[in-house]
Amino acid sequence: MKEKLIHVALTILALSAISGLALITAFIFKEGVPIIVQVGLRNFLASSDWYPTEGKFGIFPMIVGSLAVTVGAVVIGVFFGLGCAVLLTQFCPPRMVAVIKPSIELLAGVPSVVYGFIGVVILVPLIRDHLGGPGLSVLASSIVLGIMALPTITSISVDALQAVPRSYREGSIALGATEWQTTHMVMLKGARSGIVAAVILGMGRAIGETMATIMVAGNTADVPHSLLDPVRTLTSNIALEMGYAAGKHREALFATGVVLFIIIMILNTIAMTVSRQRVRKAVAR
Amino acid sequence: MRLPPRAGQHVAVTILWGLTAVTLGVLSFIIGFILLHGLPHVTWEFLTSSPKAMGREGGVAPMIVGSVWVAGLAVLIAAPVGVATAIYLTEYTREGRLTAVIRFGADCLAGIPSIIFGLFGFVFFVITLGMRFSILSGALTLALMVLPTIIRTSEEAIRAVPKSYRDVSYGLGSTRWQMVTRVVLRSALPGIGTGIVLAVGRSIAETAATMLTAGSALRFPTSVFESSRTLALHFYILSREGLSMTNAYATASILILAILVINLSAYALMRRFVAKVA
Repeated sequence: MKEKLIHVALTILALSAISGLALITAFIFKEGVPIIVQVGLRNFLASSDWYPTEGKFGIFPMIVGSLAVTVGAVVIGVFFGLGCAVLLTQFCPPRMVAVIKPSIELLAGVPSVVYGFIGVVILVPLIRDHLGGPGLSVLASSIVLGIMALPTITSISVDALQAVPRSYREGSIALGATEWQTTHMVMLKGARSGIVAAVILGMGRAIGETMATIMVAGNTADVPHSLLDPVRTLTSNIALEMGYAAGKHREALFATGVVLFIIIMILNTIAMTVSRQRVRKAVAR
Repeated sequence: MRLPPRAGQHVAVTILWGLTAVTLGVLSFIIGFILLHGLPHVTWEFLTSSPKAMGREGGVAPMIVGSVWVAGLAVLIAAPVGVATAIYLTEYTREGRLTAVIRFGADCLAGIPSIIFGLFGFVFFVITLGMRFSILSGALTLALMVLPTIIRTSEEAIRAVPKSYRDVSYGLGSTRWQMVTRVVLRSALPGIGTGIVLAVGRSIAETAATMLTAGSALRFPTSVFESSRTLALHFYILSREGLSMTNAYATASILILAILVINLSAYALMRRFVAKVA
């Protein structure tokens, strides 16, 4: 009897994550979708006029902005993040791993506002003085977001590389390949789906980051034409104006949230499908 | 021209060490820079007094209290739910459609940006449920945000407990619940603790979601139904509005120190767990 009650209680608690997700989806859509219908989906997504006080709601510049900083961030994040993961799993003595791995995890714990602050104080003046433009730019955001996405990319890639069977590595070494040849011809191929998932989840982190982006991106609602132009992302659009928005303006910010939500869900689904394939492959083996 | 394999290996490994060194350099620079500029201003007075003139002068005592309340309450809510979910997934059911749905929910929640949690918390807790900008609204929002972390780490910790422990417990005639609480949870505790400690860290560091749910009141919170500005948000406002750079650095130092302590304890717990189970 008692066991039955416990079972029921645990089942109910276990459903809270999915219920939370359902609630979030329902409320964000309920608040955001009406204004999209009213303005017209094409107009909302493709118009570059964001004058919320005049009733013009076009988020095209923010979509481009989010994509631009995300692509930049992923390039930087993958370069460094995957580099760290390969070093940690293939070439690093265990004693060094014990220092480097927790340090990279610490990088994930640093508050986003601190990243943004360092970006403003150090990076933005550097870009302004040496490369030109206002400094607050696509480039600055890409670098800051790249560093922020790095720990995600590293930790998931490390898991993926460690999941490659030992025999693959040993077989390759036995055939006379060097460790590096083994790494890039065997290990990276074996871990490919996990690394793809890592990159996609890193992308999700970059596109979803808010406070750091606000601080270094410049936030003008125009389509950027160069790496040195300021941008506004979907996330910053919400956070910057939520404080004072009312009525339709507020609905349009929720609608921005709907677009962001859909992008993230697509990325999540791809990452989940890719890593599930990996599991299936491993089982088939 | 191709490099001979041995030389190729040297070049590649050198590059990899270089990339890692730059990454660790960035980390040390961020921590060093903030602490160097901020730590000298973190005085007893700064920690224990209220801000004056919007934070241009005075200290951060109410924000420390606010952060502790919001993060503490969030984890207090999320931990039992998260651990219960993990117990359910590992000990009380077989893999099937229901577990797939539960995992899907947790995985999706983990990927949702904090600003979306903020929007949701704002319209749901703050407005619909009438909790207004308050510590409670912030904590509930963050609880939802850190839930997947707690579920995942707890599940891994519980799965790492050897099956033989369970067999022995059953063999001695315990019920499933007794086996779970007295044997499995006891062994998995440090592993579960790691997840909980990391969740505290995420809650303290979070800004976007608390801004839209806990609000930005500067006064000392006296109950969970009042608005309270967290440390991270205070730091953001100080630096963004250029109110006081010294106070901004000092506030950031407190945040960095908190995160350092939290990550070190998480790491220590993890080591204990590995030592215990292995």
